Amino acid sequence: RKMATLSVCQPQLGGFSFENCKRNAVLEAEVTKLGCNVPSARKTGTTICGVVFKDGIVLGADTRATEGMIVADKNCSKIHYISPNIYCCGAGTAADTEMTTQIISSNLELHSLSTSRLPRVATANRMLKQMLFRYQGHIGAALVLGGVDCNGPHLYSIYPHGSTDKLPYVTMGSGSLAAMAVFEDRYKQDMEEEDAKRLVRDAIAAGIFNDLGSGSNIDLCVITKGRVDYLRPHDMANKKGVRTGNYKYKQGTTGVLTKSVIKLDLEVVEETVQTMDTS
Amino acid sequence: MLTGLLYCSVPVTGMGQQVGAYGVQDTLRSGFSSVKNELLPSHALELSEKNFQLNQDKMNFSNLRNIQGLHAPLKLQMEYRAARQIQRLPFLQSSHLALDTLKGNDESISFEDILNDPSQSEMVGEPHVMMEYKLGLM
Repeated sequence: RKMATLSVCQPQLGGFSFENCKRNAVLEAEVTKLGCNVPSARKTGTTICGVVFKDGIVLGADTRATEGMIVADKNCSKIHYISPNIYCCGAGTAADTEMTTQIISSNLELHSLSTSRLPRVATANRMLKQMLFRYQGHIGAALVLGGVDCNGPHLYSIYPHGSTDKLPYVTMGSGSLAAMAVFEDRYKQDMEEEDAKRLVRDAIAAGIFNDLGSGSNIDLCVITKGRVDYLRPHDMANKKGVRTGNYKYKQGTTGVLTKSVIKLDLEVVEETVQTMDTS
Repeated sequence: MLTGLLYCSVPVTGMGQQVGAYGVQDTLRSGFSSVKNELLPSHALELSEKNFQLNQDKMNFSNLRNIQGLHAPLKLQMEYRAARQIQRLPFLQSSHLALDTLKGNDESISFEDILNDPSQSEMVGEPHVMMEYKLGLM
């Protein structure tokens, strides 16, 4: 068995490879000269938000993923699992948020196995910001990180270049201004769970109805000490209409003029039995 | 949004090709050189990623030296040097288990482990060339 060999002196390393960047730049220049467009990454032009209430955190997100001007996914899940007590909403490039949250979730799991303690939200925040800063914003992931640990409920917002804010209520994404308007009007300290859920639902709904990049349903995630409620979907703000008319024809609408039946003569040539291992 | 920034136009040093004997470009092994290839990085992150591990180590060792004294980085670097020698021939896959454990890489996952895993690569290094390079016979 032969493998192709490379005339290199040193072994290859893993991680990002920038070999094709120059070629891609040349290709892009050629394509734009012809007047076509390079395919764009799928973004999650989004409304995500989070709020701290009396016993914990409520995270909310819409469910639309866009690819330029087209809706790529009508019901995508933007609230990602990080650890049993920490969840993270992601806005920006869909692949980046997905991979980033999965990598940090794995690292946190290894860390918590090594320390044999429940992970803290500040740890996840520090890991995320160090990774995003390392890649200088080229990883387009804007995140809302929330969870409850031994020190109480914490909520962070993390920007693609690596800056973070620790606040009682945060919004991110293209619909963040609409959602923030709702928060600024009605946020109160130490709310009850039902009030907090209603506030987050209204904030996401404001983003859905006033921003083109957000739409479809509202997902909520309520995190309290020892309990996580992942409500997907919590509210279907945009239901697709049901067709009122039936455009199928009844059997017998078309009159039958003649009917002829031709029998196909098949003869059995070979019969084999293959036993399956169903144990 | 970001595609315009990917092609970097600021010339940097450190992108140069491998130099062969007598400090001249090794045309036989690394092909013809072009000034554009050597001066301009193909991506804004290329240089920073190439030296990331080295810079992290430098920073950590200097912190350690300031906090605990010269002996701390000295001992650690001695251990790293010893662990780095535990490997197979260069064209074969070595696990670097001791080195990873010392550096703490056994308890973390990053893009180096997921993307372009060298054990899954379709191309294999030429055994004779790599051995000669390792032994300094090139």
